[in-house]
Amino acid sequence: MIYLEHYLFLAAIIFTIGVLGIFLNKKNVIIILMSIELILLSVNINLISFSVFLNDISGQIFAMLTLTVAAAEAAIGLAILVVFYRNLGSIEVNKINKLKG
Amino acid sequence: MYLYSITFYIFSLVAILSALMVISARNPVHSVLFLILSFVNASGLFVLLGAEFLAMILVVVYVGAVAVLFLFVVMMLDINFVKLREGFLQYLPFGALLGVVLIVELGILFLTKSFSENSLSLFVQSPQINEVENTKLIGQVLYTDYFYLFQISGLILLVAMVGSITLTLRDRGQVKRQNISSQNFIDAKNAIEKKKIKLGEGI
Repeated sequence: MIYLEHYLFLAAIIFTIGVLGIFLNKKNVIIILMSIELILLSVNINLISFSVFLNDISGQIFAMLTLTVAAAEAAIGLAILVVFYRNLGSIEVNKINKLKG
Repeated sequence: MYLYSITFYIFSLVAILSALMVISARNPVHSVLFLILSFVNASGLFVLLGAEFLAMILVVVYVGAVAVLFLFVVMMLDINFVKLREGFLQYLPFGALLGVVLIVELGILFLTKSFSENSLSLFVQSPQINEVENTKLIGQVLYTDYFYLFQISGLILLVAMVGSITLTLRDRGQVKRQNISSQNFIDAKNAIEKKKIKLGEGI
């Protein structure tokens, strides 16, 4: 029988994979953005499984909000990426030091 | 119930494996495709949980919009991805250590039995979710109790749209554009100039 812990473990594993992806692909911004998407997916799994197992619909509403924020974040991140590539011709993270004083 | 367990394990196994492939694939296009696979499996899990509306929204928003946006950007930018992968193995031991620590800590948290079925039933107050269908229930709450949150999320999307358009819009300068107000203010007196030209001469 599948209980809440199973879903929480699944979300924890996906969260860890997302954090690991940010650590391992330090140079590639696209993979970092995808890792953030994975982290937000694990948050969604947590919210929805708690919502179902606690018999409270509020969790699913908040999962929708997370989805909205994730979509907005992806759009803004990719727009910044395109502008950065247009100006510098590269997307390496360690070359992004234009803002240093 | 066995079928439920088997379905859960299949969906979660594929989701985890494809999430691993997202961060370790050599080609970013494959990464995006594995991200799509992971999201599809997560939406299958949501159906399993009984959150059908969010499962469909996940497929529409993530697979239909966000993942395609990623794919579009990956294919549009001409990047040497082999060079970007340098240092992957360099950080692998440290990253693996960090991941193991994180997963063990979270596991210890979940194994304390504070999330088990009996202790959760203390918090249950609202009526059973399964009495009304999922979409109807979300609609009943979303447009009444959480109406401001709903509007704020719309505002967030508007700001994101305006922001990404302003970031990527490029003014090229020599492109000719239509100026509607100046076209509307054209007057026959100003637009036409009469000149007397002598015979046999130009202007």
